[in-house]
Amino acid sequence: MRLEEVKIMDFEPKILGFLCNWCSYAGADLAGVSRMQYPPNIRVIRVMCSGRVDPQFIFEALRVGADGVIVLGCHLGDCHYLEGNYEAEKKFDMVKRFLKLINFEDRVRLDWVSASEGARYAQVITEFTDHIKTLGPSPIGGDTPDKEILNKLKAIEDAAAGDRMRALVGRERKITEQENVYGEQVPLDKFNNIFDSAMREEYERHRILLSLEEDTKSVKSLAAELEIDPSIVLEHIVCLKGRGQIDFGEFMGITPMFYKI
Amino acid sequence: MKMSEKEEEEVRIGVFVCSCGSNIGGLIDVKDVAEYAKSLPNVVFTEDNLYTCSETGLAQIKKGVTEHNLNRVVVASCTPRTHEPLFRECIKDVGLNEYLFQFVNIRDQCTWVHMKYPKEALEKAKEVIRMGVAKAVKLEALENIVVDATPTAMVIGGGVSGITAALSLANQGFETHLVEKDNQLGGKLNILNKLFPTGQDATELLESLKERVKNNSNLTVYTSARITNIEGFVGNYEVEIQQNSKTSNLSIGVIIVAVGASLLTPTGKFGYDGKKRITQYELEEKLKNVNVNANDIVMIQCVGARNDERKYCSNVCCMSALKNALLLKEKNPNANITILFRDLYTPGTHYEEYYRRAREAGVIFLSYKLEKEPIVEENTIKVYNEYIGEEISVPYDLLVLSTPLIANDDNKELAQMLKVPLEENKFFLEAHVKLRPMDFATDGVFICGAAKWPVDITESITQGYAAAGRASTIISHDTIEVEGATSFLPEYNKDLCTGCEVCISVCPYKAISKNEDDEIEITQVLCKGCGVCGATCTNHAIIIRHFTDEQILSEIYAFGGS
Repeated sequence: MRLEEVKIMDFEPKILGFLCNWCSYAGADLAGVSRMQYPPNIRVIRVMCSGRVDPQFIFEALRVGADGVIVLGCHLGDCHYLEGNYEAEKKFDMVKRFLKLINFEDRVRLDWVSASEGARYAQVITEFTDHIKTLGPSPIGGDTPDKEILNKLKAIEDAAAGDRMRALVGRERKITEQENVYGEQVPLDKFNNIFDSAMREEYERHRILLSLEEDTKSVKSLAAELEIDPSIVLEHIVCLKGRGQIDFGEFMGITPMFYKI
Repeated sequence: MKMSEKEEEEVRIGVFVCSCGSNIGGLIDVKDVAEYAKSLPNVVFTEDNLYTCSETGLAQIKKGVTEHNLNRVVVASCTPRTHEPLFRECIKDVGLNEYLFQFVNIRDQCTWVHMKYPKEALEKAKEVIRMGVAKAVKLEALENIVVDATPTAMVIGGGVSGITAALSLANQGFETHLVEKDNQLGGKLNILNKLFPTGQDATELLESLKERVKNNSNLTVYTSARITNIEGFVGNYEVEIQQNSKTSNLSIGVIIVAVGASLLTPTGKFGYDGKKRITQYELEEKLKNVNVNANDIVMIQCVGARNDERKYCSNVCCMSALKNALLLKEKNPNANITILFRDLYTPGTHYEEYYRRAREAGVIFLSYKLEKEPIVEENTIKVYNEYIGEEISVPYDLLVLSTPLIANDDNKELAQMLKVPLEENKFFLEAHVKLRPMDFATDGVFICGAAKWPVDITESITQGYAAAGRASTIISHDTIEVEGATSFLPEYNKDLCTGCEVCISVCPYKAISKNEDDEIEITQVLCKGCGVCGATCTNHAIIIRHFTDEQILSEIYAFGGS
């Protein structure tokens, strides 16, 4: 066995679970009442509905060192609050798409456990714990977190917390399943395209904002630092300036420098 | 305002660690856990108890609160799902707001499930207490919402179930309004002939019900009436009823949905023509009003039911067929009656007795398969019998099709007005099939009879009483108390709200709306505290009381170690 594999086997992940009060939390209790055994790595935060899990909670949990985050709700169609878990699904979907940007999407999971599924709860937690063990420790957990990933995660979190992404997620079900204010139903693949480009833009913009927190920078240096095409950086700069988040500072030679407001 | 007051007040937390006999203490050292809890921020008192939920344990909590001037209590023991109400009540007794209590689960989700890992379980118990304490620091006192309840009831649907419910409520002294869309009361009782299992005349039952309705001064009946608008919430509904050209506006405390179900006309099925080939309900009417001049009678069961289009069993058709077959045999013992069935359901002793009697009377039962439906010709029916592997020809001069009861066309409209769900077949869906079978998830709205599922007269009556009983639990009180843990748009966050209305579209209870000033308004009493609006709000303006962002984030940070 290679040393690295041994390390993975020894690794005890920190896992955070968000459980809805009515189904999954009850299922977890039932696992206890039935004395079903599962790994002791999970810590649970009880929420009334899986739809309460703000994407920010998941990003923050990862940021403070969770190796894995699992959100559990009632089965679709069985939500105590009628449709909360459908909303949870959309929010989680956004989280996963964002986390793909830093290859973290496998560290989070959304699943359904009913109040009568004690055995299933134990199984889901066991599987997820094993899965996280095979992934190994989070590169941003522990004493020496990877600064770059941490920084990217912060940009993700900020992007997802902005009104543009939140409005898209909040309206997704309405405009893809019913209709938008103009009476049109937007096909899911079209919605996904809109979503993906918005996500990419907001992510890059927030990376720029974070970078400008350190120092005033030029378009060219931002482009090199963030590995984004300079023409796209310029578009972002124009947009951010329009939003009043950054401003033009001074010329360095003939190069305009920008700073965060 | 309130926030600054809170900041001035020092948070003093007491942590009570339960041993639960040996359930917790048998695996981990609760003294060690309590000692650890003492090291946590704002914790000023900790204690371990053999059973925190016992009289002694509760007395210890009260003593702790009084002696150490605690203003938050954390109990680490079993699960909030069973014991939170008890501990909330306990701290209320010593003058603390019940919402200043935090539960930490170290039994059901810790010692019971990590029995082979005492060291890890101990570590986990400490960490979840750290998380619980972190939330407790941020807890805020909340008041339950108390609203007046109008002691009136409305029953929608004047069939047997609705009449039963309305009479029951009216007899209890509640002003009750019975709304029927037809021009007379009775629903399906108007077309039924005899009732199983007693053989009583449907008309007789209906007349006696009508008589009781007429003589009840608490009961107002609206026939040929439609409900055009329902606003409000539990205890305080405003209902608009349209009756021809007359509009009535009523203040209603509780609503019972008893709209029943509709009959299916099997157009195009098995040569249905309403004359020689009729439905079981048309046969009922014939038996009631005229003589049936037929000698060879064939009935086909499950016509348009238990197929791909309608997966459900209509529950009443087997019994109707048996009942009518026996009635036909009584009138004309020489009649040949054949029942073509897929499965025959006659549950219970009464109904099985019908089946036995029908067989004794010479009714012939032949089974068929959905994949090989009977073929109806001019005067004969060909049915494939899998037992003999051959097609049997049965002559007929009257064909009776047993069709299912189906959901009413206007269910959707009513469901939207009431904010209650329908199931896949468009019948009304109760809150929980076992725990709350007569309730809807929306408070103050109840259901009975065939609106939920095809049921027979006996069951309709039983459910009518049951729904009336449930409804009276609300209007028998002057006020209603609703959980204070709701979503909330505080004054100081109003500037954050951009009016995007996403919260309105995700709220399943229609608790959020825009007022005349175009501002978002949350009707506290309608809110059930799911928190979806808070997690969705595009500008983080909505606060979910008792599960605020701040509270949950502090749990997350405590999980992370800080």
